[in-house]
Amino acid sequence: MKIVVCVKQIQNPEIPPAQFRIDEEAKVLIPVSGLSPVLSPFDEQAVEAALRIRDRAGEDSDIEITVVTIASKGARAAIKAALALGADNAVLLSEPTFDGSGGYVTARNLAETIRAIGDVDLILTGRQAADWDAGVVGLGVAEILDIPAITFARDVQTTDGVVTVQRVLQDGIETVEADLPALVTIANELGKVRHASMRETMRAAKKPVKEWMPEDIGLDEAQVGSSAMRYNLERLYIPVNDIECEFIGGNTPAEIAATLAQYMREENLI
Amino acid sequence: MTENNNGVLVVVEVVGSQPIDLDLEMLALARRLTDSMGGTVTAVAFGTGLETTGEILTAYGADQVLINDNAIFANFHAEAWLPDLSKIIAEVAPAIVLIGHSESGTDLAPRLAFRLDVDVATGCESIDIINGRPHMTRGCFGGLAREVVTFTKTPALATIRSKTQEALTPMMERAGEVKHVSSILDVNSIRTRVVNREREKAVGGVKMESAKIVIGGGLGLGGPEGFKTLNEIAELVDGAVGASRAACDLDWCPRSYQIGLSGRTVAPELYLAVGISGASHHMAGCGNSKTIVSVNSDPNAEIFKSSRFGIVGNSQEIMPALVEEIKKLKA
Repeated sequence: MKIVVCVKQIQNPEIPPAQFRIDEEAKVLIPVSGLSPVLSPFDEQAVEAALRIRDRAGEDSDIEITVVTIASKGARAAIKAALALGADNAVLLSEPTFDGSGGYVTARNLAETIRAIGDVDLILTGRQAADWDAGVVGLGVAEILDIPAITFARDVQTTDGVVTVQRVLQDGIETVEADLPALVTIANELGKVRHASMRETMRAAKKPVKEWMPEDIGLDEAQVGSSAMRYNLERLYIPVNDIECEFIGGNTPAEIAATLAQYMREENLI
Repeated sequence: MTENNNGVLVVVEVVGSQPIDLDLEMLALARRLTDSMGGTVTAVAFGTGLETTGEILTAYGADQVLINDNAIFANFHAEAWLPDLSKIIAEVAPAIVLIGHSESGTDLAPRLAFRLDVDVATGCESIDIINGRPHMTRGCFGGLAREVVTFTKTPALATIRSKTQEALTPMMERAGEVKHVSSILDVNSIRTRVVNREREKAVGGVKMESAKIVIGGGLGLGGPEGFKTLNEIAELVDGAVGASRAACDLDWCPRSYQIGLSGRTVAPELYLAVGISGASHHMAGCGNSKTIVSVNSDPNAEIFKSSRFGIVGNSQEIMPALVEEIKKLKA
């Protein structure tokens, strides 16, 4: 069984907000200097979901896990991270005009890459990339490939050509199944991801990474980057926060609590 | 390329035969948008038992309501919605389609966009018409930034975050047309099968989205015990309890408590943040609260930057004390 995991390399989203900078003129993120890019956390969980499927199938299974990414200047960190976690190989679609081309173009280009890989049974993506937070690409790939898609998975299992997914609802869990090939987007509820072992990290360096150019998979200029874009980024900014916090003090917890309760009463909330 | 220009179409989410608050909020936004760019407001409702839905949606601002009342739509299922919805949108030809940024809307909207071969802006906080074109503002980078986007094709699809718009005052005498449409769905086209669905039992009390006070708990509570105290306070003040993702991940409280980018959105009169650091992905779900008051042991916690009032201290001591103080005031 062939599993493809779509991943994206991004700036570490866990940086302190004070370090987060934007160039409003150029409408781009200003990378924090000295900070290594990472595999987008939801995508890391998608890799984990694939590894759990392979773990369940056992060592001798025929499950092959391929990570796929599109990037303008390579995505070494993301690919290396995914391979070190245990993915078997990687495909990088190297597309110089890719940056900021949006979910529509990304989904189109990923779908073509997956078609070129061929005979893929299961596609996994994060529920959204942790930079633009759109949550569009996964479902888009499924629509383009005309295969069923199941969103927000916390558990993914495959048996006899059927994928069974536990889907996270706002107030519960739903079990959904579909025949393969299918696409599943992974939610943070999937839980903790494994750490890359020393053994896998050493092996990762030797795992095959294919680098394709758009023309290698039949994508022409009109289908990639800015020429295919459907949207304009009019503005990108950090919202200003003009709230001045007034600190409430007190000698004992009871005194502090009394002030807080009094405030709630004055606001007619009690 | 033909341009859709017939106003705004709102995809309504019906729960228990009733529209949800977010539907009414989107209708208000749709009215404001059509006031600015012309055209009509069409609301589309899929579900069962929708006898009164048309009237309600009209009262809240719809000019035209299309009702697709069919047992197959009793529970949301994106694949079941898509054929009918695509057809209706093609017929109505709206410039903008609004969908709730909810559990179902986030599952539906991207699929719909690709079916219609248009683009979608998810999690929008506002839409403004500038030079006749919709400009969608949405949070990104975990809530740290905002982007404003426009699209080159119509209709522009947008999912709208809960509590970012204010619903209109309903006018029962408002005139509007309510039409029933019949489904074109071929059930054989549905490829995903729901085999089981378990929702947490509603535990009574006040719904988080409509509560005047929401008390959010985080890691600073120290464990599930802390949530018991918060629930006690919520009960005393008719409030609701929410939580940070970190607390949910540790199972200190039900998953349904989660407030934030991948959880629920609240905008109460008072958001009392207890032991919550204030990560931007959490603030994405409570940043529109009228007043935020926070309790945190770390004086440098990010949450204080969004708070009107702050208390630096141990929430595990202050919260039980607050229970007693509220009881005193209520006595």
